[in-house]
Amino acid sequence: MEGTTADMEKMKHSSTESAPKELFVLAQQKEDTSEKISGPSRTFFQDARRTFFKNKFAVLSVILLIIIIIMSFVGPTMNDHGIDDQDLARAKMPARVPVLENLPIPGFEGVLRDEFKGSNVEEATNNAYSRYDNQKDFIDIEVLSEGDGSKNSAEVRATYRVYEAKGMEDEYFWLGTDSLGRDQWTRLWEGTKVSLLIAFIAALISLVIGVAYGGIAGYYGGKVDDVLMRILEVLVGIPSLVVILLMMLVLDPGITSIVIALTITGWTGMARIVRGEVMKLKNQEFVLAARTLGQSNKRIIIKHLLPNISGIIIINTMFTIPDAIFFEAFLSFIGLGITPPQASLGTLINTGFDNIMLYPYMLWFPAIMISVIMIAFNLIGDGLRDAFDPKMHK
Amino acid sequence: MEREKILEVKNLKKYFPAGRKKIIKAVDDVSFDIYRGETFGLVGESGSGKSTTGRTIIRLYEATGGQVLFNNEDVHGKKSKEELLKFNRKMQMIFQDPSSSLNPRMNVMDIIAEGLDVHGLVKNEQERRERVEELLEVVGLNREHATRFPHEFSGGQRQRIGIARALAVEPEFIIADEPISALDVSIQAQVVNLLKKLQKERGLTYLFIAHDLSMVKYISDRIGVMYLGNLVELADSDELYNNPVHPYTKSLLSAIPLPDPEYERNRKRIVYDPSIHDMSEEPEFREIRPNHWVRCTRKEFEQYKKELEERE
Amino acid sequence: MSKLLEVKDLRVSFHTYNGEVQAVRGVNFHVNKGETLAIVGESGSGKSVTTSAIMGLLPKPQAEIKSGQILFEGEDLVKKSNKEMQKIRGADISMVFQDPMTSLNPTMKVGNQIMEGLIKHQGMSRTEARKKAVELLDQVGIPHPEVRINQYPHQFSGGMRQRVVIAIALACNPKLLIADEPTTALDVTIQAQILELMKDIQKQTESAIIFITHDLGVVANVADRVAVMYAGKIVEMGTVDDIFYDPRHPYTWGLLGSMPTLDSEEEELYAIPGSPPDMLNPPKGDAFAPRNKFALEIDLVKEPPMFQISDTHYAATWLLHEHAPKIEPPASVKKRMEGFAKTGGKA
Repeated sequence: MEGTTADMEKMKHSSTESAPKELFVLAQQKEDTSEKISGPSRTFFQDARRTFFKNKFAVLSVILLIIIIIMSFVGPTMNDHGIDDQDLARAKMPARVPVLENLPIPGFEGVLRDEFKGSNVEEATNNAYSRYDNQKDFIDIEVLSEGDGSKNSAEVRATYRVYEAKGMEDEYFWLGTDSLGRDQWTRLWEGTKVSLLIAFIAALISLVIGVAYGGIAGYYGGKVDDVLMRILEVLVGIPSLVVILLMMLVLDPGITSIVIALTITGWTGMARIVRGEVMKLKNQEFVLAARTLGQSNKRIIIKHLLPNISGIIIINTMFTIPDAIFFEAFLSFIGLGITPPQASLGTLINTGFDNIMLYPYMLWFPAIMISVIMIAFNLIGDGLRDAFDPKMHK
Repeated sequence: MEREKILEVKNLKKYFPAGRKKIIKAVDDVSFDIYRGETFGLVGESGSGKSTTGRTIIRLYEATGGQVLFNNEDVHGKKSKEELLKFNRKMQMIFQDPSSSLNPRMNVMDIIAEGLDVHGLVKNEQERRERVEELLEVVGLNREHATRFPHEFSGGQRQRIGIARALAVEPEFIIADEPISALDVSIQAQVVNLLKKLQKERGLTYLFIAHDLSMVKYISDRIGVMYLGNLVELADSDELYNNPVHPYTKSLLSAIPLPDPEYERNRKRIVYDPSIHDMSEEPEFREIRPNHWVRCTRKEFEQYKKELEERE
Repeated sequence: MSKLLEVKDLRVSFHTYNGEVQAVRGVNFHVNKGETLAIVGESGSGKSVTTSAIMGLLPKPQAEIKSGQILFEGEDLVKKSNKEMQKIRGADISMVFQDPMTSLNPTMKVGNQIMEGLIKHQGMSRTEARKKAVELLDQVGIPHPEVRINQYPHQFSGGMRQRVVIAIALACNPKLLIADEPTTALDVTIQAQILELMKDIQKQTESAIIFITHDLGVVANVADRVAVMYAGKIVEMGTVDDIFYDPRHPYTWGLLGSMPTLDSEEEELYAIPGSPPDMLNPPKGDAFAPRNKFALEIDLVKEPPMFQISDTHYAATWLLHEHAPKIEPPASVKKRMEGFAKTGGKA
């Protein structure tokens, strides 16, 4: 103890130096402040919100999604082209944006460009001409390799100023047109609106059904749970595609039928999760306390259980929306969903796919849009999951 | 003097199914009475069935067998909503875990007022608020705490909120299920003092379930010892500690460490071996001295009686 | 007695959204070879943070060791890198945690969990490690160790699991064992068995033990020396007899007074009012003053230094200053002190 004794003696001397004698009396018992809680009251949601806003990716995704949603309403009105104005003379025009066309950014110059091969430059050039409507005056040729007479040794890059060729110098199609001459910009935002609408409605209905179903099964347990879960398992066992096909046969194709089809099988995931959480919660002491107070089952579910699973519900919904978007796109892609002339991201991708070799821009724009939306929802879902986890509240 | 019985537990059984053919007999034929105004301590280790007993008495679990009479009325069986509500008002419970006994999404006002709301005990918002603030002061907290949320309080404070919640409906009988096990030592004393004060002021009767024997002895008038679903001994607190009869009680008492180093240096622990029991017949609860009961066979009864006499 | 571990003026803070929480505010103590030091304190006292700091297990970047030294066999652990600490953890210093349910990996056989450390720290082969693991299980009192070594944690009861945890901690013959509330979650009879086990093993291996608990009964049972912590500081330190039979700090009085004795009469327990302070804004002066009915005016102004009572006994309270009025401990505490000292056993 030798070392510490000396240290302690030193400490004592230095602080007792300024210990005035008159302070050595019993202190008056002041008001008991020991039960006070300093600091403002903070609910769980306030903590959660703060944690969420610290996640830059999640916040960025929210902003992006808001922009996309606004644009899906505003976008189609921004130019004069209608959603279904067909004009074959303007079919398959590339994207052309007023200011960007003069910048060296590929894709928005309003030209079609590709590489062509041949055994010599002349042959390659002729290949280019034949593809691009033989509009020699509007085709710029850039020789990439001279070639030596062997097959495909020569290569030229041809740039077809198609707007000029068709006498449309003053017209702009910001994202180009499709094979029927319809403006892609308008259709893209219309399609986004339709896809988002379907996804949100389907997710909402799935939520309501899933929460009710899972909540009742989890809370009441026993036979009720057995019966409900067996029904659920049967439903899950049927491939959703089969269900949807049946729906399509019975109902008229369109937005309503897709929503119904997605909802019929989409609520099962939420039901399972809610059931699991409710089963965990119902044995917590605060639920037992509510029972001993005489609270009715209905009010226990509403007041005690639902608020404590709201986090899980919201997170799960954030992940089911991209599922719904993707599913709708898939259905429309294989021709079972939205039918033309109505636009949805799926139909756009479908038509884009048909033209992927020669006019890839028709596929790029809807594909990027659907990817961005899905990634954004996933990032938001991750951010929310962290935000609702009390251990992550720093 | 004939003391009034507020609770009679008769041959109570609670079994849980476990897997296909197995049954867990959590409470297996337990009988005891509780008199109005007293504190009855129920002690045992994990698996003894003491918590299950408490929860079955208040009908959080349905009894598998036996009877629970509260003020001479059967608690179980087919009951109307009004009859059940009546029991909810007279019998209340305090729970063990301060971190899960309060709904994290409700503020303190709503938590304490829930009983008032269910039974319609207040006429308007203002009365509701006043009742809650009163209760907060009774349990030693501040009025301003009513707008805060559980996570802002310490364990001891949360436990007091739980007590306020139970008191709101003005019960006669409170089952305290390990109310202090999860608290710091100095906070335990605060809560126990509070419970004793409330008992004196409001004439409450307690069933105090715990595994901390020193604290149970301090607060209880009579104590029952449970082991694997059975009551093995029951006596007044002092009698139980001074003259334990059942080998399990003896081993339990000998295992408690006391805050006294000299005593600890000399303490010899008695190990309980269930196989030493006489297997000749099914043991029963027998009164070996006035108000001192032991679970034993007839042979063991004679044996224990002799031991007690030798100890005198 | 040589000093195995020496902690000098350790200060640890946590950086939270609300600000800096000073969890440990200048802690000094040492542990000698072969002895058991009990650290007693309630929630918020800083006892667990102190031992996490010793083990190098503080969560970074929230936690920061602001100053101080942790000298283990003369080397400062604060300055060591994580890699260097990995060599020490499990080998020279090991830890037993409170909850046996979560300290064991549920998907790994018990034997493998013991063998892990043996293979890594002592370079044993699998066969050698397995043999040693069976020995260890036997040493901690698990019947049929050759069979049980292949079982999973869920096949053991709570008390048995804690024994396995102790076996893992002892595998590499650590010089220091830190036990953080190892018996708090166990039944009384199981607790008694585990405490007996730990004392037996200590006799065999001569390792030192730091035993953290808030149960004064357990302290009386296992400790040679005791440090009482409150609000991030040690308020009293001494041998176990010093602390129980001659306590000087009002907080120690409070702790002793709040436990009923088996023969106490029908009085109110001496309960310390209020709750431990918010370490976000530690109060000026003595942190215990707001709850201390024996507080002096100076307690509200200046923190008391450690006063020496004897070679072994120290307390940080202005009541020990020469100018302080003579204060008697509360009656219930005095009775306990006198009663025990007199009879030397159960009163």
